[in-house]
Amino acid sequence: MSNGAILPLRLADVSFAVGGRSLIDRVSLEIGAGPSTIILGANGAGKSVLMRLMHGLLRPTSGRIDWNAPERQGAPRKQAMVFQRPVMLRRSAHANVAYALQIAGVPARQRAALVQEALESVGLVHLAHRPARVLSGGEQQRLALARAWALHPEVLFLDEPTASLDPSATREIESVIKAFDAAGTKVVMATHNLGQAQRLGDEILFLDQGRLVERAPVGQFFSKPQSAQAAAFIKGELPWT
Amino acid sequence: MTEALATALALLVALDPKLVEIVQLSLRVSLSAVGIAALLGFPLGAAIAVGRFPGRRTVIVFLNALMGLPPVVVGLLVYLLLSRAGPLGDLGILFTPSAMVIAQTVLILPIIAALSRQAVEDAWHEYEEQLRSLGADRAGAAMTLLWDTRFSLLTTVLAGFGRAAAEVGAVMIVGGNIDGVTRVMTTTIALETSKGDLPLALGLGMILIAIVIAVNAAAYLTKELSQRRYG
Repeated sequence: MSNGAILPLRLADVSFAVGGRSLIDRVSLEIGAGPSTIILGANGAGKSVLMRLMHGLLRPTSGRIDWNAPERQGAPRKQAMVFQRPVMLRRSAHANVAYALQIAGVPARQRAALVQEALESVGLVHLAHRPARVLSGGEQQRLALARAWALHPEVLFLDEPTASLDPSATREIESVIKAFDAAGTKVVMATHNLGQAQRLGDEILFLDQGRLVERAPVGQFFSKPQSAQAAAFIKGELPWT
Repeated sequence: MTEALATALALLVALDPKLVEIVQLSLRVSLSAVGIAALLGFPLGAAIAVGRFPGRRTVIVFLNALMGLPPVVVGLLVYLLLSRAGPLGDLGILFTPSAMVIAQTVLILPIIAALSRQAVEDAWHEYEEQLRSLGADRAGAAMTLLWDTRFSLLTTVLAGFGRAAAEVGAVMIVGGNIDGVTRVMTTTIALETSKGDLPLALGLGMILIAIVIAVNAAAYLTKELSQRRYG
């Protein structure tokens, strides 16, 4: 296990509470390399909070979160995250990706090639020199994917990346995510969209009120949900997929 | 009255040397003060914006309160510092343009620091998760935010300049309003008006108003253009 890989990720009895209200309740799980993992659940089930805990943006109130190889302070991160609403800096699309590389300590002369490759992977080369914040929502989200993927992270967290996009932008984002998955990056994605979970997921983690209720391969989860909550969620959500 | 106005316009059109000299000194003093205050105020504001330290709220309230410092009080304090018997008396710069620059810097540093603190902190709320996700530390994030809020910061600089160029109390006390040495637009207007020499006062008043309008127009246009260009 000393190959430097940060996976697997282990959560042991992780809870997170704000002001006495429990948002994540004693979640234990292990996430390994390979098939993509979808965190599924209704709004407020704790999907985003769970991802932020995994990614290190929040500290658990109790319990332990351990990566196989802990990240060193100051070293380039081997994990990246794309948020529901992309946050772009007031500079060009190209410079936004280059900025991520600069923070990761990539020498200036190596950045241009990596930025080019990342922009190609999301089909944004032609917009490289546009200011990032005037791009459309879908373009900004693809740029966020390029920025997250520029260093080929081992793990890519995606927090409802298409929740505020129209169907055609959603399709573009999904095809980019599939390509990253195929290239060997471990995809961990939160969504409440059942169709998207089926299109992109290999396994489902189902959350309900902060608890991990069910974990199953995609096919099995949708055909034979084991828990009453999951069955109700699938039944309730289907009309809108 | 109309006669005074006509004379004032004649002074302006003829670029009267005395008037030009006064305007130049005003600009030199206020621009220097703004430059120094910005160099100190931006990092200070950014540090308070992203920093976590005990007493942070108190510091913010205090800084905001300092925006309203009365110029005469600043003038008095700087006068006491720089006077012969004061702690910095040995510098011998009281009644020089340097003293005026110091006084105006003290006056507008809180304005620039407080306004840039607000701008950077608003941006920090929006960017924090993304920057931390990328692995930026607080110092790096502060630099990034300063650059990303550059158009808002320009507005704070212009606000500081407007305040400096228009104040009379501080420069009057530490400059002494010495003809040809420390006489600036505002102090000249005060003096000439009390002497009854209205044309020069009116001419300078018009220039001062024009500068203040130009500065505000520049602030507005910059914000507009940058919004359209960079989102």
